[in-house]
Amino acid sequence: MAKLVFLGRLEDVAGGAERQVAGGSLADVLDALEPDLAAELAADRIRLALNGTLVADRAAVVLAEGDELAFLPPVSGG
Amino acid sequence: MAADVRLLTASFDPGAELAAFCAGQDAAGGIVSFLGQVRCGEGVEALELRHYEPLTLPGMQALAEEAQRRWPLDGLLILHRSGTMAPGDPIVLVASAARHRRDAFAAAEFAMDHLKSESWFWKREKAAGAWRWIEPRAVDFADLRRWDENAAV
Repeated sequence: MAKLVFLGRLEDVAGGAERQVAGGSLADVLDALEPDLAAELAADRIRLALNGTLVADRAAVVLAEGDELAFLPPVSGG
Repeated sequence: MAADVRLLTASFDPGAELAAFCAGQDAAGGIVSFLGQVRCGEGVEALELRHYEPLTLPGMQALAEEAQRRWPLDGLLILHRSGTMAPGDPIVLVASAARHRRDAFAAAEFAMDHLKSESWFWKREKAAGAWRWIEPRAVDFADLRRWDENAAV
């Protein structure tokens, strides 16, 4: 299993801050989610971090056992 | 000079932190500080900042290094809260010490502009009993572009 982490408002869309999923490519992982959540996660303005490192190429993301993939919406600090 | 960069999950005393920072800055000619706090009024009952452990503090440390690279600083302090805060609570404290005031002003403002719109924080406000996520504002990105080293001045 791999872990998805939803930051900011994505937590409300997902109904929780984290979710365990089967591994596979990003497309496979999104396909297994609810369509409205998958659509939000696939938006260009959502950045991704795999095991704490920002993802440059979404198409190259493949989740293996124990991986953590975070979905990062636009930030608003300070 | 090592910067003091901390991600805090409990309330802090900005006066005490600033006094401690200033105490070690005998060589500096000027110290600039900025304190951001939760606004009172406007119906906001609480503010919550979330962070993502693997990215947020490392990002703040990288920001401090970039500020030190750009300006000759004698000291740099960056404190940022995460968690739930009440109106009047401090959110962020930035202080920079330098031989000359312009470097201190610029470094503090640079750090604040990047904390606002480029650091890994997500903010929501509670008003009338309901939580609402706060999206970044266009002006925050405009503030950030001013620091682009390749932009025409």
